[in-house]
Amino acid sequence: MNRRESLKAISLATAAGVLLDACKPSGETKTAEAASAAEAGRQPFEAARDKALAEQKFFDAHEMATIAVLVDLIIPRDERSGSATDAKVPEFIEFIVKDEPEHQLPMRGGLRWLDVKCLNLYNNDFKSCNPQQQEEILSAIAYPAIAKPGMQAGVAFFNKMRDLTAIGFFTSKMGIEDLGYKGNTPNVWRGVPAEVLKQYGLENV
Amino acid sequence: MGDIQLKKSGQVHEVVVIGSGAGGGMTAYTLAKAGVKVLMLEAGPFFDPAKDSKQLQWPYQSPRRGGNATRPMGDFDAAYGGWEIEGEPYTQKGNTKFDWFRAKMLGGRTNHWGRISLRMGPKDFKCRTSYGVGDDWPITYDEIKPYYDKVDQLIGIYGSNEGLENDPDGIFLPPPAPRLGELFIKKAATGLGIKVIPGRGSVLTAPLPGNKDRQQCFYCGQCNRTCKVYGDFSSSSCLVIPAIKTGNLTVLTNAVVREIITDNNGMATGVSYVSKDDMQEYVVNAKAVVLAAGTCESARILLNSKTAQHVNGLTNSSGVVGKYLHDSTQTGGAVILPQLLNRPRFNEDGVGSLHVYAPWWADKQKLDFPRGYHLEIFGGMMMPAYGGYFGFEGSIVPLINGYLPDAAGKMKPGGGFGKSLKDDYRRFYGTFAGVGCHGTDVAKETNYCEIDNSVVDKYGIPVLRFNYAWGSDEIKQAKHMTETVGAIIKSLNAIPLIPPAGPENNWGLSNPGKGIHEVGTVRMGDDPKKSALNKWGQAHDCKNLFVTDGSMFVQQSEKNPTWTILALSMRTAEYILDQKQKQNI
Repeated sequence: MNRRESLKAISLATAAGVLLDACKPSGETKTAEAASAAEAGRQPFEAARDKALAEQKFFDAHEMATIAVLVDLIIPRDERSGSATDAKVPEFIEFIVKDEPEHQLPMRGGLRWLDVKCLNLYNNDFKSCNPQQQEEILSAIAYPAIAKPGMQAGVAFFNKMRDLTAIGFFTSKMGIEDLGYKGNTPNVWRGVPAEVLKQYGLENV
Repeated sequence: MGDIQLKKSGQVHEVVVIGSGAGGGMTAYTLAKAGVKVLMLEAGPFFDPAKDSKQLQWPYQSPRRGGNATRPMGDFDAAYGGWEIEGEPYTQKGNTKFDWFRAKMLGGRTNHWGRISLRMGPKDFKCRTSYGVGDDWPITYDEIKPYYDKVDQLIGIYGSNEGLENDPDGIFLPPPAPRLGELFIKKAATGLGIKVIPGRGSVLTAPLPGNKDRQQCFYCGQCNRTCKVYGDFSSSSCLVIPAIKTGNLTVLTNAVVREIITDNNGMATGVSYVSKDDMQEYVVNAKAVVLAAGTCESARILLNSKTAQHVNGLTNSSGVVGKYLHDSTQTGGAVILPQLLNRPRFNEDGVGSLHVYAPWWADKQKLDFPRGYHLEIFGGMMMPAYGGYFGFEGSIVPLINGYLPDAAGKMKPGGGFGKSLKDDYRRFYGTFAGVGCHGTDVAKETNYCEIDNSVVDKYGIPVLRFNYAWGSDEIKQAKHMTETVGAIIKSLNAIPLIPPAGPENNWGLSNPGKGIHEVGTVRMGDDPKKSALNKWGQAHDCKNLFVTDGSMFVQQSEKNPTWTILALSMRTAEYILDQKQKQNI
């Protein structure tokens, strides 16, 4: 089967599923099967949970503004792609801390630690500091192996912040294109291209 | 809670099958195809991969980007359930930490498994004779081989014929080529004297002769989400749904089995269940019952089916039900291959199963443990995502970018932020690879599940309690695994991403259950005093009861169990047909 036929098979199979559903006697459409087409394959409790989380708010306006500054310092716009806020990373972080509540305390406490540190050093909260000051404080917490002992709380916070930022960015459409991922589409896998095998000397493996 | 009613129907079904996974699906399929009217009870909802699969969705179509909040293997993984299910607990004895994965849905765990489909070999069926440990099966490889052949042809499997003594050949479709990272590991392992061969997986890499309902694989690498074109094996798509189409199989979903009912002669007369839809209690009548609820759940149902004739639970006069529980041993290692920094991009999704592996290579070597393990090799440009087994691949970048020169050839401290870090995520993408080690645990009477009479689930059914400890042979095997993986990593000059393993943590052995290959709780055998089932999967103590899931195993091997479950359940179904024809049941 070539790629086009594969695509056709998918749309046909999907259409067939929808038709079968429509033809079913009403008594059969129960529980998970009653879920709307958009929720196909999701359990009712999962859909309800997503809806409830979307309606909750965890971070306040100041925290969200601080997160927006931080994520763009971690992943800025460059010649290949946009910045973390361009990829809506703050919105992802707001969702994921509700979805995985173990992030909540370290994130809230860490943001506060950062603000108080900046208040003491620069007489401003983090987001109101100038770019040099922001760069300076992040440099003190962004390199775990050389960070000073007094900065360890900031290091722990920044590790998490950086990780959530990268997850949010590189799982967005923009981030996936940036990485150059070519898959998730019907194709025929014939193995590693010959020129790549040659590049790595793996022709005879 | 509303009023509870007990609803009994007068209808007597020819066969009632409990469970819709590999064993239940194959039994029901074989019987329905032969014209027998079958009723199947499934504890979860209906699931049809054609419309319920999350195949080809992007991470950003999930608010959690594929994260694990409601599914332990990620938001797109097909399994409904997981290690813990709310309202359906299990308990542990002593220091036991058994992990029990349950998927409550049509097709069960076959919807999300790795499709790694290995036959057991002649020596595996004669473990005591061949290795001096464990027990022999009451059947030989030669007796089961025709069924493996039929399963290969019915379901479809890729692989290569190698003529290996204890890793039998099959009827194979062409295997997929290895990915780039996998070639590096293959080269390293080969250099250590380990033979690496193409994987064996139930994915249609070519059209399946005689089957028009299933399409060929289109290489998205997402078998764990199930396949909309039925290009891989799930019990739902390949067995249960085709069986429904014969008109001979009726499936009752959301039916949680409480016990198997027997009469004064000890024969099975039906099954009682609670419906999740209306929370009412039901009894269905049957001339024969097939139990295939999954290794541990099947033991639970038998142990909960106590009567005056079956005082220890059904078909348990031997006392073995629940005992000899055994799961694969499991360790592994992941690496970053610095050789692949800034590697070329191309679509490397491949199949969602195994591309290359190393069958157990040291069977003839003198070692300080019996049995062995195989290596599952993986590595490639995975779709960037959160969740699943590995989480976000890039999470390791700030932890290791201090060990290698940056794009400008300079060393810098690990971590960082800004443009240089952003570039590191790109440079490291697709350099991740690894080796999983999956081995044999010799079945032990002392590893078991039993009923914990002090705890019930939300349906009022007493739950299972686990007792399980790895033996010294398994721990020595894990040490060997650790040394093998270490040698591979060393010869690759790769950056290891494995936590240190030593005697203090059983050389990195995963908790029992984590392999999701648990088998053996309702073992077969010729001696009714030492086994629950005869060699056909028929209960010694109850002639119209059959068991066709992993619980019937006498002794696992390092081969993943599903292909053997399929072969044995097909064989038992044919035996049921034969016995029905002879009017023995």
